[in-house]
Amino acid sequence: MENVNIKINGLDVCAPAGSTILDAAHIAGVKIPTLCFLKEINEIGACRMCVVEVKGARNLVAACVHPINEGMEILTNTSALIESRRRTLELILSTHDKRCLSCVRSGKCELQELCQELGVEDENHFEGESPEYELDESAAHMIRDNNKCILCRRCTAVCEKVQSVAVIGPNNRGFSTFIGSAFDMGLGDTSCVSCGQCIVACPTGALYEKDFTDDVLAAIADESKHVIVQPAPSVRAALGEEFGYPMGTDVEGKLAAALRRIGFDRVFDTDFSADLTIIEEAHEFLGRVQNGGVLPLMTSCSPGWIKYCEHYYPDQLEHLSSCKSPQQMFGAVAKTYYAEKMGLDPKDIVCVSVMPCTAKKFEIDRDDQNAAGVPDVDISITTRELARLIRKLGIDFKSLPDEPFDDPLGESTGAGVIFGATGGVMEAALRTAVETLTGEELENVEFQEVRGTQGIKEATYNVAGMDVKVAVASGLSNAKQIMDKVRAGEADYHFVEIMGCPGGCVNGGGQPQVHAEVRNYVDVRAIRAKALYDNDEAKVIRKSHENASVKRLYEEYLGEPGGERAHHILHTTYVKRSIN
Amino acid sequence: MERIESREALGQVREVSKAWIEQSRCRVLICAGTGCLAGGSGAIYDRMCELVNENPDIEVHFEAEAAHKDGEIGIKKSGCHGFCEMGPLVKIEPHGILYTKVQLEDCDEIFHKTIEKGEVVPHLLFKQGDVEYQKQEDIPFYKKQTRHVLKNCGHIDAEHIQEYLAIGGYEALEKVLFHMKPGEVIQEITESNLRGRGGGGFDTGYKWSQVARQHEKIRYVVCNGDEGDPGAFMDRSIMEGDPHKMIEGMMIAAYAVGAKEGYVYVRAEYPLAISRLKLAIAQAEECGLLGDNILGTGFSFRLHINRGAGAFVCGEGSALTASIEGNRGMPRVKPPRTVEQGLFGKPTVLNNVETFANVPLIILEGSQWFKSIGPENSPGTKAFALTGSVKHTGLIEVPMGTTLREVIYDIGGGIKDDGEFKAVQIGGPSGGCLVSPHLDVSLDFDSLKKMGAMIGSGGLVVMDENTCMVEVARFFMNFTQNESCGKCVPCREGTKRMLEILERIATGNGNLEDLDLLEELSSTITETALCGLGKSAALPVMSTLKLFRDEYVEHVSDKKCASRTCTAFRKFIISPELCKGCSKCARSCPVNAISGRIKEPYVIDIEKCIKCGACESACAFNAIYIEG
Repeated sequence: MENVNIKINGLDVCAPAGSTILDAAHIAGVKIPTLCFLKEINEIGACRMCVVEVKGARNLVAACVHPINEGMEILTNTSALIESRRRTLELILSTHDKRCLSCVRSGKCELQELCQELGVEDENHFEGESPEYELDESAAHMIRDNNKCILCRRCTAVCEKVQSVAVIGPNNRGFSTFIGSAFDMGLGDTSCVSCGQCIVACPTGALYEKDFTDDVLAAIADESKHVIVQPAPSVRAALGEEFGYPMGTDVEGKLAAALRRIGFDRVFDTDFSADLTIIEEAHEFLGRVQNGGVLPLMTSCSPGWIKYCEHYYPDQLEHLSSCKSPQQMFGAVAKTYYAEKMGLDPKDIVCVSVMPCTAKKFEIDRDDQNAAGVPDVDISITTRELARLIRKLGIDFKSLPDEPFDDPLGESTGAGVIFGATGGVMEAALRTAVETLTGEELENVEFQEVRGTQGIKEATYNVAGMDVKVAVASGLSNAKQIMDKVRAGEADYHFVEIMGCPGGCVNGGGQPQVHAEVRNYVDVRAIRAKALYDNDEAKVIRKSHENASVKRLYEEYLGEPGGERAHHILHTTYVKRSIN
Repeated sequence: MERIESREALGQVREVSKAWIEQSRCRVLICAGTGCLAGGSGAIYDRMCELVNENPDIEVHFEAEAAHKDGEIGIKKSGCHGFCEMGPLVKIEPHGILYTKVQLEDCDEIFHKTIEKGEVVPHLLFKQGDVEYQKQEDIPFYKKQTRHVLKNCGHIDAEHIQEYLAIGGYEALEKVLFHMKPGEVIQEITESNLRGRGGGGFDTGYKWSQVARQHEKIRYVVCNGDEGDPGAFMDRSIMEGDPHKMIEGMMIAAYAVGAKEGYVYVRAEYPLAISRLKLAIAQAEECGLLGDNILGTGFSFRLHINRGAGAFVCGEGSALTASIEGNRGMPRVKPPRTVEQGLFGKPTVLNNVETFANVPLIILEGSQWFKSIGPENSPGTKAFALTGSVKHTGLIEVPMGTTLREVIYDIGGGIKDDGEFKAVQIGGPSGGCLVSPHLDVSLDFDSLKKMGAMIGSGGLVVMDENTCMVEVARFFMNFTQNESCGKCVPCREGTKRMLEILERIATGNGNLEDLDLLEELSSTITETALCGLGKSAALPVMSTLKLFRDEYVEHVSDKKCASRTCTAFRKFIISPELCKGCSKCARSCPVNAISGRIKEPYVIDIEKCIKCGACESACAFNAIYIEG
């Protein structure tokens, strides 16, 4: 691309034509503060933090959206600009609930950070009326506290553009503007899919998951309960960020150690049930192919995607795999097979999951998710909640040793661990399906075509003489594209993996929030996914059907994949929902 | 009406329509602008119709369809005549008689004297001083005006396209379609130096040329009829009184830039304008002047109406296009500009009503003619809505460059009750104040900008010495604050904080630091707000603070409002000398703050008094006054 020469703060900078001032400044290593800006998602120039002086321009311009021109001379840090930004911050603070000490985002709040950086001295400089909003606690997974909302609209942009859900937006206007749903409905009454992408987009403490860490501690304190825990694959790829590790550090060993120190009776791994999911789902897929069932088969691991499909494509539910998600399969097995093996009453088992996901909080309360007559999973917490719990209990995460997961529900293969990245379920399924169909051992278990962070990936594999066409989508706007094709009868896929969050679970709504300044220039999804692919590569066993514990589970308890018992325990049903 | 397929057919229709109007012995034009309608002109129209119907000797035509009959009398609903202060107005043509403040009971007299006998009804004529004006054009309010854009308003029946055709309507369109290439049209408009009448004063020809040069072939022409400034009604009057002129302007723009579709965005508060526009579009479509293959030239243009939902901010270009698209009306950052990516992301010509209404005139009379009116850099005329403390309020049109003095004193007849001129708020909530030393300054885009004011859309609110400038600032800030879209921080939060400070000052709770805070906020909002409305939101405050700082200081330091406008500073006193002890005041007081004994002077309890002034109006002896 053609380059353009400009001057930023007197320094010559060369940046690609079409760049914004913010991009050019980034190339030059000049930081311009931003607040509402999320690259390619929310480019609206509304917060006015990134205003800069451009020689010859009548007014200050918003660097995040203003394109550069040849010879442009830009000043980013004059005292007038700093003053202007500080006043803008003071105006934001004039309506912001400034109870920072008890705020869930304290220390990681982008507004707080800017106030420190720009030297806001008096948070009450502009005194006046401040609206008071009730918390919206209607959704199963999260809380909206509009008293902390700064109306940057990052959440609404993500909801609309990335997820094609658009259940939130600005209501009223001017000073009375607040973010909410149509007709001021509670989020829980809308067709919100619980993905939590709004939470990870929020710069302040206005959006946060419902915290169940106290319930976890109470369960552990209850001696009559046998409390077991299962962390999802992608938790290990992101938890380290909460404790100062570089993004993409795999902290699997320390994760197991931390969970043990929290006091769980057994520390298992959702990777185990990810392997189990593959056995069941591959079986279901082969069955549909061989028996002329509804195709394409679509994965059902992501509860945000499932809820989206139920709301927006209720006529397409027969495409969904009836397999429970790994979280639910784990709970179902724990409260049947494991309970029987341990001689425990399923009622006395408390199954806790640690998930990169907020929709999992919704999923545990779904119907038909109680194999043993009690909920398969009792408490689902996010990666962020786990980090909070670790800190609360005074566990020095960095100094923990690496420890293994417990048997038998802690054994997993490389196929299970890559579930956390978009394409991972597809790859794991292909490893098993290809070997099952051909009866031959795969030479190369890596299916590179379905890897990577593109929104939609397609590939065709010739397996035992049959062309198997697959697609992988992550992020619901991409899922929408696939579903529109499926609905129109224009999709000739056999198998489709869909993850609700862009990039898959590594970038889930329950993962550590990444500062917009980092997120705008670093592909969080790819870096975290690499940790999982490295984990897989280092494993000796990389195919789900070779998981010894899973095999034993079938031999000792479930019988055949897709058999009657397996079906009762590991499969579920879906409901048609409306759009609100 | 039959479809007009060719230029020749258009010429014939025009001739027929012209002949029909000329046949009329008498035309009664009853103003059906919003002001006169509110004054009862609808009933006057009905009564006049009744009267002529009752008389079997007179043939009358109400509808244009009657054009072929040999009607003698035309009873017509016209658009706004402009002299709203004196409405309801009834004009009798060809005599040129203008009757003012006509009441229902005057109809018989008008009918029997003027229509039947051609005599005037003296008591309905406009009087100024000792002079009685029979003809409209002699009235000073009209005499000093130059009505080009508003020429047809009040002269034709806006509900019939034939009336517009009869006076040369769509001749400009005919000219461009048959004699000019699109580039030549743009050239002509560019040479005329026509600047946008919506506020910014942007070069119209340049705007069109920008749209014409885009690669994208789908283009739109959009008319901004979202006239939201308090006190402004120029565009409304054009849409109500001469809708085809604006439509013709839009069609010429569409031809020039290669657009096939256009939208008129009108605020929902203008129901009459909307219904007249709808009718105008329907009639133009019916006769083939809108639609496909217009006059057989291959040029096609369709026009849609979009009603605004009451948001002032939708008058801003990008918010307006967002609103038409069905989205929340919020401005977006530019670039890309509307000419590049406007409506539905396509290149868009966006001009306001008055700008489009100027276009047919320029095409017909030529750019040189247009440039001969007004100053070189701001040629042409400008319509203003003259309101406030001026004797004759209404809609006026003057050449750019006319002075404020001419507008207020010559056309407006001076300050009401012969009071003293204090200031004029020009440009609505985005504008600033002009004061006595500015009375002789030329009213044009550039001169006003130099003085920290702007022409805006053309609202002129005249204020006399009884106006409190803090209250003026508070009023406009309240308006802006209410109308902020809430997108950018400085406008959303800043205007609220400014309003709170102004309210504090107006209620006697302000201090000197508040003035600094106002200045601080003004500069932040002006420098950093996202859109033009935000950037100019603080202008009324900045301007009043600069010109009337002592009034602000008086409010905060002396706790006094010299004009006695701010109720908080009012102290109602009953003069013991004048009070007769009738108890009327005590009975009118809503909070029982007045006590006393019959036939002895009453007393107001200052602590209880809410300063509503009910007692003052109730007192028959002028015994109650405001201290200070």
